[in-house]
Amino acid sequence: MDYTIKIGGQAGQGLQTIGAVLAKLFARSGFHVFTHQDYMSRIRGGHNFYQVRFADHEISASRKAVDILVALDKNTVAEHLGELSPFGLVVYDSETVREKYDGENLLDIPFRQIAMDAAGNRIMENTVAVGAVLGMLGMDLETLDELLAETFARKSREVVDQNLAAAKAGADFARANCGQCNFSVNIPGLAAAQEKGAAADVSAVAPRRMLMDGTSAVGLGALASGCRFYAAYPMTPSTGVMNFMAAQSGRHSLVVEQAEDEIAAINMAIGASYAGVRSMTGTAGGGFALMVEGLSLAGMTETPVVIFVGQRPAPATGFPTRTEQADLLYILHAAHGEFPRVIMAPGNPEQAYYLTGKAFDLAEKYQVPAFIISDQYLADTEWTLDALDPSKINYQDYRLRAGDLAKLADYRRHAYTDTGVSPLAEPGASHHLVVTDSDEHDQDGHLVEDAETRVRMVEKRLLKKLPLIRDQISPPLLHGDENPETVIVGWGSTYGVIKEAVDRLGEKHSIAMLHFSEIYPFPGTGKFDYLEVLRQAKLTVCVENNATSQFARLMRAETGFVFNKLVNKFDGRPYLLEELLDELGEPGMGGPGKTSPEKGGPGMGGPGKTSPEKGGPDKPGGFGRSPKHDGSGEHDV
Amino acid sequence: MSELENFRGQNPAWCPGCGNLQILRTFKMAMVEMGLEPHELTIVSGIGQAGKFPHYTRCNTFNGLHGRTLPVAQAIRLANHEMRVLAVAGDGDCYGEGGNHFLSAMRRNLNITLFVHDNQVYGLTKGQASPTTDEGMITGTQPFGVLYEPLNPIALAVAMDASFVARGFSGDQDQLRGLMQSALEHKGFAFLDILQPCVTYNKVNTFQWYRERCYPVGPEHDPGDRVAAFRRALEFGERIPTGVIYRSERQTLEERIPVIANREPLVQQPFSPEDMAGELQKFF
Repeated sequence: MDYTIKIGGQAGQGLQTIGAVLAKLFARSGFHVFTHQDYMSRIRGGHNFYQVRFADHEISASRKAVDILVALDKNTVAEHLGELSPFGLVVYDSETVREKYDGENLLDIPFRQIAMDAAGNRIMENTVAVGAVLGMLGMDLETLDELLAETFARKSREVVDQNLAAAKAGADFARANCGQCNFSVNIPGLAAAQEKGAAADVSAVAPRRMLMDGTSAVGLGALASGCRFYAAYPMTPSTGVMNFMAAQSGRHSLVVEQAEDEIAAINMAIGASYAGVRSMTGTAGGGFALMVEGLSLAGMTETPVVIFVGQRPAPATGFPTRTEQADLLYILHAAHGEFPRVIMAPGNPEQAYYLTGKAFDLAEKYQVPAFIISDQYLADTEWTLDALDPSKINYQDYRLRAGDLAKLADYRRHAYTDTGVSPLAEPGASHHLVVTDSDEHDQDGHLVEDAETRVRMVEKRLLKKLPLIRDQISPPLLHGDENPETVIVGWGSTYGVIKEAVDRLGEKHSIAMLHFSEIYPFPGTGKFDYLEVLRQAKLTVCVENNATSQFARLMRAETGFVFNKLVNKFDGRPYLLEELLDELGEPGMGGPGKTSPEKGGPGMGGPGKTSPEKGGPDKPGGFGRSPKHDGSGEHDV
Repeated sequence: MSELENFRGQNPAWCPGCGNLQILRTFKMAMVEMGLEPHELTIVSGIGQAGKFPHYTRCNTFNGLHGRTLPVAQAIRLANHEMRVLAVAGDGDCYGEGGNHFLSAMRRNLNITLFVHDNQVYGLTKGQASPTTDEGMITGTQPFGVLYEPLNPIALAVAMDASFVARGFSGDQDQLRGLMQSALEHKGFAFLDILQPCVTYNKVNTFQWYRERCYPVGPEHDPGDRVAAFRRALEFGERIPTGVIYRSERQTLEERIPVIANREPLVQQPFSPEDMAGELQKFF
C-alpha cells in the first residue's frame, strides 16, 4: 500500500493545514509518511501544493503519481490532472473552484455547503476536505478526533465537536458519492490485533513514530547541544530554524536576536560564543555572502560558531522558495585566508538532528566554525522516524569556567599545544584575561607582526587541528548491495530519493547508494574504504540537485576519483522518485542517454540535464486493473 | 586594588602626539578612579588606529573586524549581563563601515558603552576622508576636496533617542575622564564621541583648531530636554559643545528579555541535554 495525496491551491487557502493534519493522522495511524511542499514567493494567491505520501513500508521520497488530488482552485486541476495515477481521483468543490468538471475521475464535493450545514461555519470547509479524503480512503475518524482535540486544546470542546462534525459530514458524503473510489487502507497490525482481542484500536497497535521536518530537526539538535544564543536575519529557507528557536526562547535558556543584517548576525554569534555560550546563526546563500567576513573572524579568533545555511536556487535572489544544492563549494571555499571548518550536509531529519549535535561538538572541541547545510527540500519535507534520543548527542563543555580557572597560575588564550587546541576560558570568570584578535596575534592574543609567530600560529590553528578533525568525520553511508556493480552517490537532501530508487532497482540489480552527510574535512578511507567500493563498481553515478556536479568535483579534488556518470537537476524542484528512476534507467545498460560521463572539466561541459518538460512519461508499468489498487504499482521499472 | 600599573599593555604604535595617547591615559585613570580591575571589563574594538586601543591596556579583549564592534559587544552583554562591555571604534569604523550597527545599537539599548575616537580622517589607511571629514578637505582619494556634508554623530544619536549622548575632546582630559566614567556608569547604551587630532593626516582639525572651538556645556543645558539637545547637537564649526548632550533613561534590552531579565546571566544558567526531552514529545 502506497498512496499519494496532493493538496493544491492558492497561498492563504489553508492547504498547509489540510496537508499537515493528514500527514500527522497517517503517522499516528502507523503508516510511514513522507511529505513535501512547493510554494511560490508570495503570501496570497499563486499556486502552491502540499504532497503527502503514506505507505505500509518505509518511504523516503515523493512520487510523481497522485492518487487523490484535492483541488482548492481551478489552477490545481489544470496543473496536476495529468499526474493522476490510473486509479487517481480529483476532489474539489465546484462552488469554490467555480467550475463543474465532467469525467469519472473528478469528484465534486460541496465542502463549503457541508461545512455550513454540519457546523454552521464555512471556515470549517478545510476540515470537510480532510474528512472527505478519509472517507474516500475508507478510513474511520477515530484518530482525527484525537488530533482535533489536541489542535484545539486551548479552544472549547465545542470547536472540536464542530470540526469533527464537519469532518464526519465530509467523510459521509464521500462514502455515499464516490462509487469510483477504489482505495484500500489497512491500518498496519489492526486487523490481526482485533482478531486476537476485541478492544484493539489504532492507538494501541500503531508504532510510535515521530513526524518531523528538517527545520525542526536542526532546531532540536541545537537545543539538545546546549545552544544558548541564535542571531539571524530572516531569509528563506533558513527562517524556519529562526522561528523554531524563537519559539523555544521563552521555555529554555536561549536568547534569539533578530540582527540588523547577516553581518551583525554572525558577529553577534561570535561575540556570544566569546562570552562563553554556545551560539549559532542561520541564513541562506545570499545572506551567507554577507557573513563571509565574519566566518574568517571566527577562523582567526578560533571562536566556536555553528552556521546553518539553507541553500536555494541562485545566483542573486534566484528562486526564493525553491530548492537546489549549489552552494557546497561556495561554503567550502568562502572567506579570506586558510583555516579549518566543518561541513555537515544531513540527508533527512534524523541526520539533521544528530549532525547538528555533532557540528556543535566539533565546533566547541576544536574552536572552529561548523556548518550545517540544508536546502528548502530538506527544510520542509516531513518524515516519519523512530524516537530521537537527546542522550546520543555528545554534550561536553570544553570551556574553562570559574572552577577550572581558579586553579591556573597562568592563562594564555592562544597558547601553543600539541593538538593546536588552546584553552578557551570564559571572560570575567576569573582574574585571567581572555584576549583575542582578528589581527595575527601571539599566545596572549595580542597583535604581532613577526614571521616566526605567524608560522607557529598557522601551524597551531590550521595544520595541527585539521587532521584531528578529519579523524572525527564519519565515512559515507553504503546502502544496498555490499559489492555493488552500480553505485549511486549523493550528498545532503537527495538521500531519501536515492535510497528509495536504489531499493527499487536493487530488486533486480546489484546496486548501492553511497551517501555523504559529513562532507568536510573530507572523510578519509581509514574507517571504511569507500573508494575501493567505487573502484570495483562497473558504473558510478553522482546525482546532484545542481548544474555543475559540485560534489563530484570535490570528490575528484580530494580523492582523484572520477565518476562514470553525472546526473543533474537544476529546475528548482527536488527529484521525484519516478524522475530519478527514469534518469538512472537500467543500470549497467548505459542509461537513457540523458547522462554523460565526467569529462576533463568536470561539470563544466553541461552534463546530463533534467528539465521539467523532458521528465519521463508516466509509465503505468503494465499492472492490471484490480478491484482494489494499493498504489504501489507505478514504480515498476 | 586597582592601580594604573595593572592597565599597562603593549607600547603604543601610534604617532608621537596622537590624540589616542591622551584618550588611553585618560581611560586608565578613569578605570583606577572607578576601582575596576582589568578582568571586570571587556573591550571590543574594530580596525583602525582606535582598534589597537585594547592592546595598549589590559582587559578582556575582542579585537574584531572593521565596523563590527557593536554586534560583538552587544552579544557579549546578552550572554553575560554582569560583564561591563566597552566598544571602542573610530569614526570610519563606527560611522562608515558600521553605520547600520550603530543605528541598531541605539535602538536596542543594551547596557554597554561606546567610545568613538573621532579624528575626522582615516589614519590606518593613510589619510582618506572619513564620514566626519569636513567638506572641502583635500585628500589622496578626494583630490577635489570632500564633496559632501559630514555626518553629525551627535545629532544622529539624539534623533535616534540614544540613551546617553556625550562629546569629549582628548585635549581636555579632566572633562573626558568624567565623561568616560558617566558613560560607563550609565544604565543603557552610552555613546561618547571623542574628538582627537590626527597629527599626521588631518592638517585642518588640529589641536589648536579643536581647542579654539570646544566649549563645555554649562549647567543651563538640560540633557533631558531632547529639543535643546538637538539644538546643541547641530552646533559644529565655529563652536563645538562638549559634555553630556542628551540623556534618556529607559529600560535596557537585558531587562526586557524574559530569559535573562532579573536572572543570572545566560552564561551561568545550567544546562542538561534532558531539558529539551519535552520538545521531542510534540512530534509524536
